[in-house]
Parts: sequence; structure tokens; C-alpha cells
Amino acid sequence: MSDVVLETRGLVKHFKARKGAVRAVDGVDLQLRRGETLGIVGESGCGKSTLAKLLVGLEKPTQGEIRVRGEDLTRLGGAALRRSRRNIQMVLQDPYTSLNPRMTVGDIIGEPYDIHRDAVPQYGKARAVQELLDIVGLNPDHINRYPHQFSGGQRQRIGIARALALRPEIIVCDEPVSALDVSIQAQVINLLEGLQRELGLAYVFIAHDLSVVRHISDRVAVMYLGKIVETGNHAAIYEQPTHPYTQALLSAVPVPDPRLRGRRDHIMLEGDVPSPADPPSGCRFRTRCWKAQPGCADHEPLLEIRQRSSHPSACHYAEVRHVMRRF
Amino acid sequence: MSDRNATVEAPKPTGGKPRSLAGDAWLDLRTRKIFWIAAVLVVVVLLMAAWPSLFTSADPKDCLLARKNAGAGGGAPFGYDFQGCDVYAKTVYGARDSILVGVAATLIAGVIGLVVGLLAGYFGRWVDAVLSRFVDIVLAIPFILGAIVLARRLSSDPESNGVFAVIVTLGVLGWTTAARVMRSAVISAKNQDYVAAARMLGASPARLMLRHILPNAVSPFIVVLTVLLGVNIAGEATLSYLGVGLKGDAVSWGLAIAEAGPFARTAAAPLVWPSVFLAATVLAFIMLGDAIRDAFDPKLR
Amino acid sequence: MNEITAHVDALPGLDPRAPLLHVEDLHVEFRTRDGVARAVNGVNLWLNPGETLAVLGESGCGKSVTAQAIMGILDTPPGHVTGGRVLYRGVDLLRLPESERRKVRANRIAMIFQDALSALNPVYTVGFQLAELFRVHRGTSRREAKRRAIELLDQVRIPDARRRVDDYPHEFSGGMRQRVMIAMALALDPEVLIADEPTTALDVTVQAQIMSLLADLQRERNMGLMLITHDMGVVADVADRIAVMYAGKVVEEAPVYDIYAHPAHAYTKALLESIPRLDHKGQALNVIRGLPPALTDIPTGCAFHPRCAYAREICRLEPPPAYQIAPHRVTSCHFVREVLGV
Repeated sequence: MSDVVLETRGLVKHFKARKGAVRAVDGVDLQLRRGETLGIVGESGCGKSTLAKLLVGLEKPTQGEIRVRGEDLTRLGGAALRRSRRNIQMVLQDPYTSLNPRMTVGDIIGEPYDIHRDAVPQYGKARAVQELLDIVGLNPDHINRYPHQFSGGQRQRIGIARALALRPEIIVCDEPVSALDVSIQAQVINLLEGLQRELGLAYVFIAHDLSVVRHISDRVAVMYLGKIVETGNHAAIYEQPTHPYTQALLSAVPVPDPRLRGRRDHIMLEGDVPSPADPPSGCRFRTRCWKAQPGCADHEPLLEIRQRSSHPSACHYAEVRHVMRRF
Repeated sequence: MSDRNATVEAPKPTGGKPRSLAGDAWLDLRTRKIFWIAAVLVVVVLLMAAWPSLFTSADPKDCLLARKNAGAGGGAPFGYDFQGCDVYAKTVYGARDSILVGVAATLIAGVIGLVVGLLAGYFGRWVDAVLSRFVDIVLAIPFILGAIVLARRLSSDPESNGVFAVIVTLGVLGWTTAARVMRSAVISAKNQDYVAAARMLGASPARLMLRHILPNAVSPFIVVLTVLLGVNIAGEATLSYLGVGLKGDAVSWGLAIAEAGPFARTAAAPLVWPSVFLAATVLAFIMLGDAIRDAFDPKLR
Repeated sequence: MNEITAHVDALPGLDPRAPLLHVEDLHVEFRTRDGVARAVNGVNLWLNPGETLAVLGESGCGKSVTAQAIMGILDTPPGHVTGGRVLYRGVDLLRLPESERRKVRANRIAMIFQDALSALNPVYTVGFQLAELFRVHRGTSRREAKRRAIELLDQVRIPDARRRVDDYPHEFSGGMRQRVMIAMALALDPEVLIADEPTTALDVTVQAQIMSLLADLQRERNMGLMLITHDMGVVADVADRIAVMYAGKVVEEAPVYDIYAHPAHAYTKALLESIPRLDHKGQALNVIRGLPPALTDIPTGCAFHPRCAYAREICRLEPPPAYQIAPHRVTSCHFVREVLGV
């Protein structure tokens, strides 16, 4: 398994709260191979954004390991950590706040080289920046412009160029298109896919939009209250979901085809997501689950392959339900 | 490559040249009447401070008791004071020390405020707790009382004209608002995504503070300093009037007001004119601060 | 219901047989530092009782401004309605004095927004805010108003309404707050509800709850619902008719089934091909090149022509007329035949 570029084991992040702790990420194991895209979906509060921050070092894990090419980042320090971190970069959600308004585009994309001087290519920083602009489909002559002179989609391209500067193998994309207009989303998604093909990038693609995730991902992990509840390749998750939460999530996504009206299997969940400061005992989804039995409160279901689930699913009663049936 | 090039977006038609945020603010300022009024006043006062001889050929220290309280005329448009000095010349020359004190005191306050606010806002936790309590303590000192004590202490040398003492007094007591504004601006800038992005790249705290946070936190701070400049000019006048400010051979508006005070009933002009100049200058700086704040405020765009 | 009839009679020129809502050739401009932004350029819309009209478009297409102009809550300045009529049962709302419009706003046409938290006053309980509506507009007693507030919260399916009526807005979750806002909008039994991106800020499972609630309430009350959104999935699920807007104009209008099966405007077609689908993985997305135009500088002819795959010389020179291609189907595209593939 030498092609695994990123791996987490038992990753935990608890935030101190007034009473107890908010268990934002509570034991996440994942693997990312070279050149593949792992989609992570879930609703707000499921911990997917905290997971992203842990992966790129914006937060320190409470427990667990983050291995980049086999090296555990949580045990590294100093120069070794800096070098390892270079391999994993991030594209942020909001193109309007993720670029410093007081810096020119050239300075923004060139900043990684100012921080890591040994990463500057031989032909110089200026040319490297222009090359990056060209790669993401922007005019290389615009290096002296400021972010507010660009549209949302163009700004997101600038953010992607910045993430590419240090030639990472892994890019964590946290909702990279959700702030963009529909017609611009496709441009950015295609750009990300093209870059992956040409540069062999591996993506951790975090989004709440299940359609976008299906389009771009090879494998998908579904998160609920800090844990992965189901994971598998895209066909397994979208066509043969076995966890009730995945099924409910998929059935709730509106599909742009009015002919499906009334013919889809709608699962309406009751109530809201419980607070991660005080998650339910046992299975965390049991408070909203229609399959829940008394035993679900006592025994936490592990994320594993089960009798009726050919891919890992964290439900005692995992079973395929075709919520996405087409006709 | 070809399919990607097909997705290139046309450049946004913002009309030509790159504009920085400051450039944008300038475009906005240009259309404001209040900015121009304030700016003209400030420029006139600064010219007066730098080259008073441009405005008058009279010497403010050329005083003849024979002209005591004489009316306007003979090259002295505001008349003469109780010592027979030219009121207009004194007022013009008074600009220099008033402005000098105001600018220097504001610079001192600015430097203290910037450092305290930046450190407290950026590091948070115990650094913030300690520095914020320190701000509270300075703020709790009654300004006039503190200033009198401090200024008197600093100008114990009978030879000095008191300029240094007043500058230090106003500077040391006046930085708290600037520090608080800086702190809150730093806190809000610190939580922006672009700071996270730089942190992710491994940027050092110094780089984060100086390159990413400071440039985005500095505009409310500058507004406060502009207003503070006006306040410090008035502060000089107050201290001089109370007898702990400028003295000796210094010429300033505050001093002129202090000297003219007791004779106000018999001769109003020596009191009125320096007061008018003082009020106009203070107002000009405050208006300037207001206009700049509006121009920089992204919510109004 | 008597009070409503009384209000109906109070509006001069009201014709109960006239269409519920009819927007005719509406023009709105924003006068800004960078020039005049022509946000709405001749919009025509109509809405019947019990019907859901979706106004679909990307940001800056004028859909929200149209709604604000109908409601009379446009920020003026910089916004100005420069032409057209908004007819509610035959009465032109744009010509009503502000005092009359306020009554229309409360009683006949209501609106809900994307951001429920900022639309509710944080210092009053939701019960107080609901009850106030009845007290001010209906003159009901305090006790009766509270009873009706609880009833309304119940109708929007807020569990344990009797207890929650005394909670403050921040004590509700995002989805529950949206329900409270719906309750406020429906308090005075409006005939038209305008919903501006009502679920955009919500998670999908909550979005599904809110949309199904809106659909149920609409059916019960036979309301006209104008749904303003950019989400083609939501539209497909609930709309009867769709009006697609681009650069301040309705470029295509059609019944929902037709528009998804056979889009008749190049923009609609390109938009449908550019979205990732949940129901199949698909290949590379079809991209619409370029950007939506700046409203201060809308292209000549057909505003979509610089981005359009079908565009030819005529598209740059002449604005396309509105072609009626079937009953209730209107499109403004020079190459409607090519787009339809007939």
C-alpha cells in the first residue's frame, strides 16, 4: 500500500466548552491514495470542517495520528514538519474572504515561496507565479491586480493556484464551490478534475452538496456527529447505501428532474442534529432513526463490513435501500 | 490544456487599471464635500505651522506696551493684546507649537496603542488579559488630574518651555482608545480566512501580524489617531491654560488663551482669535477622521 | 375571515376576478458610484391562487430585486422603480400611497427570507412578535393573540409550541427559526407568499422538511407561492411553472415538466447541462464560459450572447423578441429551433 499518501488513525478533536467538551471529531480513520478523490459529506456540525483543519494543521488533534506518506505529523516538529506540511495544501470555501484584500494576486500566489524559500523553482518566483496563473486559467499578466478586481470564480482559481505553488500531492478542498454561482461551479469543478489528471493530485473533497461530491469523488465517507457512519466507493454509497442516515440524506437531496416527483423514496428525518457537546449514547443517529431499537442506545455500532453491507457501515441493522432508484 | 483554456473567464469589466483598497477609498473621498473642507483647513494650518512668515510679516515677540489693547489696523487685523503684541501674528506663530505638540503626542500614543493593541489582539489569552487590564488602569486615571501631576513632574526645570513635558504627558495618557480599537480590529482580522490560509502555509507570527493582520486592521486605528490629533491639540491648550503646559518663550494657542483669559472683558480679540483657530483645527481633524472612516467602511459600499 | 373581507373592500379599485398577481414590464435601476445598474429590465410575471411559480436565476440576475419591488421594500435610494406595473387583483401597487402598501404587505402579500435570524427581533420572544401582528393589524386582545400565536407555531409543526412560544429567536435551530418566520408571514392569511431562497442556508434534511411544510401550507390555504431560488433541484420538486431570469429579464417561462425535458432557451439548456447530478455520475460537466454580465454594462442584443454556444451576429445586434412557442411557453431566444433541436 505504498500509494497511500494520507492516512488518519483514531483522529479525535475535542474543544473545551463550558461544561465538558464539544466532540467535533471523534475517532476518524481514513485513507487517501495517490491521484484519487475522497469525498466527505455530512450536514453542518458533523465535524467535516474540523477534520479539514486537522489535516492541514490549523488545529492540533486531541488524539490520533495523521500520516502523510507514512510520517506521523503529530510527532514531527521543526523543519521536518514544515517539509511534510508542504505536501498537503488546502482550498478554502469562501473566495471573498480567503484572499488578503491588501495584497496583489502576484503576492498572494507567491507567498508560499516567501515562506518556503527552498521551494522556489530555479527560473524564479515571478515566472513560477505566472505559470501558476496560466495553469488555473487566468491571465498571467494580471499579477498586479487586487482580489476585488476578480469575480468569485476567478478568486477561487487564485486560491487553487496558491494551493498548487508548493507542488503538493494532497489538496484538501473545503466546500470549494458552494459559494459560487451555478454556472461558475462547473468551471471550477472541471478545473479541479483537469489538475488532478495532469498533476496526479489526491483530493479530500469536503462538501454538503451530495451531487457535487458524487460527480467528483472516487470514494465517499458520510459523517454524522464527528464519526464516519458509512464509507465506500461512489457507487456503493449512492446506489447501495446501507446506513439509515446516508439513505435519509440521499433521499432529501432535490434532483433536477420533475418526472421523479412523487416517485422517489422520501425519508423525512424528524428534528435536528443533536449537539456534539452531548451526543446520544451508543449509536449517535438513533434519536432520529426509524430503525432504532433499545439496544442501539447501549452498543455503539462499529464502522465495518456487515452481513448485508458489502462496504463499511456503522449500523447494527445495515441493509441496502435503493433511495436513488432511476427509471 | 485545451479544455481548460476554454473555461477561462473573461476579465471582469471593472474598467482598466488596478485599484488598491486605498485607491478605492480615495475615489470615494474625492466626492465628499466635508473631506475637502477639512483637508483645506488642515493644509492651511500645516502651512502656518511650517512657514508662519508666509502669513504675516509681523513678529509675534515684537511687543510695545504703547499699543496695549489697541484695535485692529496698521497691519494687525486682529489688533493688539494687553502686552501690545500683534494678535494675528501670535495666532499664526502659535500654530507651530500647537501642531508640534499635537502631532508628537499622537505619534507617541499611536506607537503605544499599536503595539499594545496588536499584541493583545493577536496573542489573546493571558497576554490579552494582562494588557487589557493595563489599559483599564490607565483609563481609570482622571485625565486632568493625571496630566497635571505628570506634566508638572516632567517640567520641573525652570529653563524649559514645557513642550517636551506636554508631548509626553498627552502621549502617555492618550493611547488607550487607540489600543482598544487596534485590539478589536486585530481580533476580527485574525479570524479571517486569508490569515488561516497563510498560517496553513507555515507563515511566522511576525509575517501574519505585519503582512496579513496589520494592513487589514489599520484603518479604524488611523481614524482614531486623526481624531486624537485634534484632541491632543485641545489638550495642549487645556494644560497651558491650567499653567502646567507650555511656558517661557513658547508661543501656542493654549498659551495665548491662558494669557488673554483674565483680560477678556476689556479685550476680547486676544482670547477669541486663538480660540477660533484652535476650534477650527480640532474640528478639521475630527471631520477628516470621519470622512476617512466612511471611505474605508466596506459596509457603505 | 371577516376581517380579511373588510380589508379587501378597503382597497380602492380591487377586482376579485382580476389575476392574483401580475407584474408587467417592471424596470428597476440602482444608481451607484460605478454607474446605473439596470437590475430589472422589463420583467413580466403572473401568479394564480394555489400555484407555485419559481423564479430561477444566478446571483445578480434581478430575481430578488423583482421580489423586493413587488413587496415595496426596495432600498430607495439607490434603487428606483423606473417603469412598469405590479397588479394585485387589478390594483397597481406601485401607485398606492405608502400607508396602503403597508396594509397590503401585512395582509395580502407576505415574504420570507434566506436569513431568518436577522429577520426576527432578538430582544422579543417569538410569541410576542407573532402576537403583536394580531394586536396591531387585527386589534385582538393580548390573550387571544397569544392563543393564535401558539396555534400558528403548531401549524408550522414546531413541536411543543405551547412552551416554545416564550423562547427567543436564538434559542431555535436554523430550521425551527425558518418555521417561525413562515408562521409570521402567514399570520394574517396572505394570498401571496414570496419566498426568497428560503432554504439556501439550511442542511438538506432540514431543507426537505421546510419545503414540504411550505407545500402543505400552500395547498391548505390555496396561496400563490413565488419561490425565488438558484437551486434547480428544489425547483424541479415543487414548482408548477418556472421563469428563468438572466441579466434582469425573464428569458424563458414554461411549465416545469416542459422546461426540464425541452429547454427552449440557450441559457436554460446550458445551465441544466452544467450541474452535477445526484442520480448519475456523468462525465465532464458542460461549462458555460465567461461570467454573468455586470449590470452596469449589459451586452447589447441578447444579454447572454457572449457566453452562448448558439450565438451569431443577430444575437449581438438585436434583442430577441418573446416567442410564444406553446400555450404558457414563452422564450426569448433567436435560435429557439436549434436549442429545441427541431
